Amino acid sequence: MRSRKVLSAMMAGVGLAGLMLMAPVTGAAAQEGKVGGTLKLLANAAAGTIDPHINYTLQYFQINYILYDGLVTFRKTGDKTGFEVVADLAESLPKPEDGGKKYVFTLRKGIKFADGSDLTTADVVASFQRMFKISGPTTGTLYNGIVGADKCLKTPATCTLEGGVVADEAASTVTFNLVAPDPDFLQKISIPHAAILPAEAPLKDSGTVPIPGTGPYMIASYDPNSLLKMVRNPHFKEWSKEAQPAGYPDEIDYGFGLTDEAAVTAVENGQADWMFDPPPADRLAELGTKYAKQVSVHPLTAMWYAPMNTNLAPFNDIRVRQAVNYAIDRAAIVKLFGGSNLAQPSCQILPPNFPSYAPYCPFSANPGEKWSAPDLEKAKALIAASGTAGQEVTIITEDTEVSKSIGVYLQDVLNGLGYKTSVKPISQNIQFTYIQNTNNKVQISISQWFQDYPAPSDFLQVLFSCASFTPGSDASVNISGFCDKSIDQKMAEAQTGMIADPAKGAQLWTAVDKAVTDAAPVAVLFTPKRVDLISPRLKNFVFSPQFYWIMSQSWVE
Amino acid sequence: MSDQAQSDPRRSDAQSSAAVAFPADLKFIPIMDNTSGGQALVRSRRGAEGPWRTAWRKLKADRAAIMAFGVLVLITAACLAAPLYARHVARTDPFATNLNGEIVINGETRQVLEPSTEGLGLGFTPLGPTWDFGPYMLGADNQGRDVAARLLYGGRNSLLIAGAAAAICLGLATLLGVVSGFFGGLVDTLLSRILDVLWAFPIFLLAISLSIVLITQSITIGPIEIRSGSLWLPIFIIGIVYVPYVARPIRGHVLSLMQAEFVTAAIGIGASPWRILLYDILPNVITRVIVFVPLILALNMMTESSLSFLSIGVQPPDASWGTIIQDGQGLLYSRPIVALAPGMAIVICVLALNILGDGVRDALDPKSSIRVA
Repeated sequence: MRSRKVLSAMMAGVGLAGLMLMAPVTGAAAQEGKVGGTLKLLANAAAGTIDPHINYTLQYFQINYILYDGLVTFRKTGDKTGFEVVADLAESLPKPEDGGKKYVFTLRKGIKFADGSDLTTADVVASFQRMFKISGPTTGTLYNGIVGADKCLKTPATCTLEGGVVADEAASTVTFNLVAPDPDFLQKISIPHAAILPAEAPLKDSGTVPIPGTGPYMIASYDPNSLLKMVRNPHFKEWSKEAQPAGYPDEIDYGFGLTDEAAVTAVENGQADWMFDPPPADRLAELGTKYAKQVSVHPLTAMWYAPMNTNLAPFNDIRVRQAVNYAIDRAAIVKLFGGSNLAQPSCQILPPNFPSYAPYCPFSANPGEKWSAPDLEKAKALIAASGTAGQEVTIITEDTEVSKSIGVYLQDVLNGLGYKTSVKPISQNIQFTYIQNTNNKVQISISQWFQDYPAPSDFLQVLFSCASFTPGSDASVNISGFCDKSIDQKMAEAQTGMIADPAKGAQLWTAVDKAVTDAAPVAVLFTPKRVDLISPRLKNFVFSPQFYWIMSQSWVE
Repeated sequence: MSDQAQSDPRRSDAQSSAAVAFPADLKFIPIMDNTSGGQALVRSRRGAEGPWRTAWRKLKADRAAIMAFGVLVLITAACLAAPLYARHVARTDPFATNLNGEIVINGETRQVLEPSTEGLGLGFTPLGPTWDFGPYMLGADNQGRDVAARLLYGGRNSLLIAGAAAAICLGLATLLGVVSGFFGGLVDTLLSRILDVLWAFPIFLLAISLSIVLITQSITIGPIEIRSGSLWLPIFIIGIVYVPYVARPIRGHVLSLMQAEFVTAAIGIGASPWRILLYDILPNVITRVIVFVPLILALNMMTESSLSFLSIGVQPPDASWGTIIQDGQGLLYSRPIVALAPGMAIVICVLALNILGDGVRDALDPKSSIRVA
């Protein structure tokens, strides 16, 4: 998933030992933590529609995890087990059948939506049909392996997923049939885009009108210009602490409109409890010293990178792409992000602490496991061999401070290699789609990728497979337009290997990571960390590697 | 003002000159008069000031305007000297990033981007102002670049854009206003409606819209191609948006001139329309256009800064005062000088241009001349 816009913010939760007690009927967490009160959150701006099948932003993924449930979800804990999939609306995790092409889920009984209606198997089928009918943003990449998905993608309005999602109301089961085995299927349906909604949910983007969910909270009101108010779901009863624990606060208010600077001051002063946006760079030193107790820093499974268009000059020459990788001073770029305590230089696609990750950096003065320094001589030799010096290059960045700063630095690097480079900052709202569309002839850009689900395919297959490249489309996340049939074949083998022999499959993914890194369709810059600033009154800040802050598990004093 | 004028001998000259220049007085002067009084009158007539000389004398007498002009000259000269400052004083390339740079201050080696070493060790802070006439006099920005050098280079672009856009604006506005007012009829109706349409847009909305559309792509006007990122794009955009605000008053002025007696007389003696336009209308319009110059310059400077601040004006690595303010926005808390310095430069320039504009108006406006006399 994509940086700030598309992250897989998820939550996890587990509270403390105190969460061992069952929640009362109200759905409140009745442990030693303080139940009640209002949690006050801040964000620079709202993140658009609150339709869980459409919104693809970290900002709302984070709240959708406490508003909605899927058949399965990631364990809501603050440790590495937060990457594990657990049963949510399903009674248990199904075992793959038919060689990994069939999954049968049995629904839990007695679960109600926030409007009081019962959850049924018909809701599950209707929800998956709805994803396609409203052309959900991940239907073509994450859910296209379901039988019948190809027809749904061609004609969304008449989508039935016939044979793909089959309900048995009497047995309270839903069966998923896949075109081919997919070892990541359960993870893919654990994100909010696979949330189960009432069958009556509108077959269009619900916009600012909330759709009832099954989570411990529901949206009471939403005004994108000022406030999103969440209150307790009166029909919620905790059925699985690891999947969807009850929450502590009675109300969660998400305010919009303050600048980052003002938000920092508000949280420092206790006028708000948390801010979504990263603290501005010139406040970091202050936060790290004066307010260090209110700051939480966590590594992310993500990357900042510079996609290079492999179909446009000069980056259609692998020597040029490798030269850029050799020339970049990643330590300098890390400074632009806030320093080595907030980011780590990286050369490879998979981030540290991620499945199949093995340290690898060929583009360094001392090639090996870690990046050490740029190798400008080698970079210039590659450019000279390519004969492309003197060409014009345009870097497309977001209009945010960090993105622009990195763009200006990269401009310096490319000018040093002999190109005539310009930088064009574009509004953050449109830059991501702009750089994906081949019609815009973007040569090189600055972007970010945050995991949707913890599997190598989310980085390697989603970003670099031939199938992810759709010329002329705003939704072509293979921004580089990279398509190497042999690497595609290796990816397919790795996916198959994950089913037959997970250890071998993981090794194959490691090899794919190296192969893609060597081909250099992108210049990976660094692995970022997240800085969370919380108020003094906020307690029990639980950070999941998958969901980030699990807001329902914190309380206010 | 009037007391000063009475005690100032130049004011007395002005009064007498104005009196001599009055046609009613001239018609009583015998051309071949050999009397002493007559000789004095002839000398007076020969020494009579033309309107430009009178305007220049009035402008010189306006101390505030002259001071403002002096300030503008100083700022312009400083900005023109930017390459010299960068090479010999700052000793740095103000457009190249210097993230790993170091500098020796009072014998102590310091990093241009200083890491936070206390607490959690988060973030970097650019070097603050040294206040010495040397490298990093105003400190560094978040790319480690010398703020003072960038300020001077940025000023060159800000002044260039303001000046060139003013030339485009005033040239177009004069052409449209004069043609519209002089020829009237269908031409006037057509041009006036076009100006009305442009006028209907709020200035900044129009400028922002044009910038967003044009800034990422080249535009071609006949044989002229303006490439994306070129300084000519903001010049062209800013030059266009203020045209109606100048063209309309000029059109009105031309319409009033067309009713003046000297034009009627010219028509009466059979002067051709082109002669009337060139010798009777344009000279009178030019003075009004000149009055607009400093005012439009000030407006252009503010518009350029706003567009650049919004990333739709001057594009990196080029700098203007607007882009430097934007660079400094992220450092307002720790290094406010980065944004304050160009902000102050804009304030001083705009203030000076407005004061100068007032002086020029007082000097060239005929009504003002009558009032002084």
